[in-house]
Amino acid sequence: MARTKAEIDLLREVADLEGTPKGAYNIRKNGKLDSRNSTENIQIVTKEDKPGIDIYIKPGTKRQSVHIPVIITETGLDELVYNDFHIGADCDVVIVAGCGIHNDGTKKSQHDGVHTFYVGENSKVQYVEKHYGEGEGTGERIMNPETVVYLEKGASIQLDTTQLRGVDSTKRYTKIVAKEDAEAVVTEKLLTHGRQKATSEMDIYLAGEGATGRVISRSVAQDDSEQVFYPRMIGDAPGFGHVQCDAILMGRAKIQSIPAIVANDPDAQLVHEAAIGRIAGDQLLKLMTLGLTEEEAEEEILNGFLR
Amino acid sequence: MLELKGLSYQVEDGGVSTDILRGIDLTVSDNKFIVITGPNGGGKTTLAKSIMGLVQPTGGQILWNGTDITNLSITERAKLGISYGFQQPSRFKGLRVRDLLELASGNRKLTRDECCSYLNRVGLCAADYIDREMDASLSGGEVKRIEIATILARPGGLLIFDEPEAGIDLWSFAKLTETFRILHGRRENTIIVISHQERIIDLADEIVMISGGQVARHGPKEELMVHIMTETGGCSFLQPGAGCHQTEEG
Repeated sequence: MARTKAEIDLLREVADLEGTPKGAYNIRKNGKLDSRNSTENIQIVTKEDKPGIDIYIKPGTKRQSVHIPVIITETGLDELVYNDFHIGADCDVVIVAGCGIHNDGTKKSQHDGVHTFYVGENSKVQYVEKHYGEGEGTGERIMNPETVVYLEKGASIQLDTTQLRGVDSTKRYTKIVAKEDAEAVVTEKLLTHGRQKATSEMDIYLAGEGATGRVISRSVAQDDSEQVFYPRMIGDAPGFGHVQCDAILMGRAKIQSIPAIVANDPDAQLVHEAAIGRIAGDQLLKLMTLGLTEEEAEEEILNGFLR
Repeated sequence: MLELKGLSYQVEDGGVSTDILRGIDLTVSDNKFIVITGPNGGGKTTLAKSIMGLVQPTGGQILWNGTDITNLSITERAKLGISYGFQQPSRFKGLRVRDLLELASGNRKLTRDECCSYLNRVGLCAADYIDREMDASLSGGEVKRIEIATILARPGGLLIFDEPEAGIDLWSFAKLTETFRILHGRRENTIIVISHQERIIDLADEIVMISGGQVARHGPKEELMVHIMTETGGCSFLQPGAGCHQTEEG
């Protein structure tokens, strides 16, 4: 299918795609299905009752991937999409999502996505999501993702979300319920600039004995942007939870970081760490003694921090 | 050649001015190994930092290979081949050991073998370190040795090390002195090391004693060693029964 340059660029940014993905995929463009491929083990079906898709992954599916990128190049498009992942037991799969908006117009373009994962016993899922915005127009680019994950006994998910530049406003909500011996690792990377606003809330429930939750947030707020980060780790059973938030402030930006740990079981072990600050002067000086300018040093530090 | 002419540094604090450096004149010939030593608070680090541009002197001149670098930025001096190993190196969340070595060498595609050779020279088993982040998971001694490795990775010129031995264990220290010995043996760099360690002082061609912001003595190692031994051996505070309260100095 012929694609414009803007569409090709967006697909590369949000899903590292240079052409048609291998394996199962569903590409949504400007509010409609662009292309789709189901495989023997991974079935993608359009929802009947609301916008979105159901993805069914057969038990025992190993080393397979699903790509479900969303791209928007029309100004004024506003959509709410529901994607549900039904993952059988004993799977090991990679799911690549992501949304890119190219808005050259004056109206706002908005994508709100609700992703729900039902992860079967002892299954392992890696979920990679990138959000990206570009375009010369004055219309806002807005993304409000909601991610809900139910982990059965012994299941695990690694959620890697990245939003670096270009999204004017984002409200992110993540909820994970981890049963016995399940493990959730959430890595969130965020860079805001200009007058962008970003809010990220999380509820991680350690619902079964031996459940583990780990949240690693690294964010950079530049110019006049504002961020609020509110992760809550709730220990309802004897499990281990760790929340670690690091943020770099630049310009006149503002960041609120409110990590919360809640122990409803006497054997829950919960830890949180949070730090906000400017780039340390001694870090800049060290890199300048290696021959970098102050601007180059800053860029290296940010690139490393958000890697 | 490095030339310092009447280098001074004065700080003002609440209307009171203090001289940290008082008109230092010093010439260091090409490919010499100089050790700067002297009592704590004497101005050694300030002197070394002003050569790198980390401290801007309030008077005097610094010339490197005939170019007046007194008002050049840190970056410009680095590009002229001046390097500085910090006494207390920074840590970086996210930057890996490999990244720092690449930035130091100016080559963003350093091979694994090249990274390994720099780390091996400071006594680190490279395979364990190359992809580690320069964050709080590394010990003080590890960070210090990586700091020195970044200076070894720099293009040649003037290499300044501020107390490279501080925080390093005995085994690594032996490796470090050997590395300095080999580095000097190649006669490709001018090396200035701030140190109090006899084994490092022993490698020097010349010793500069800095005290009270001035050059107290400067000369060949053989001559200066005699003075150092006599001047540090006769301190009355160290005599048994001297009756003074012991104080700690940083």
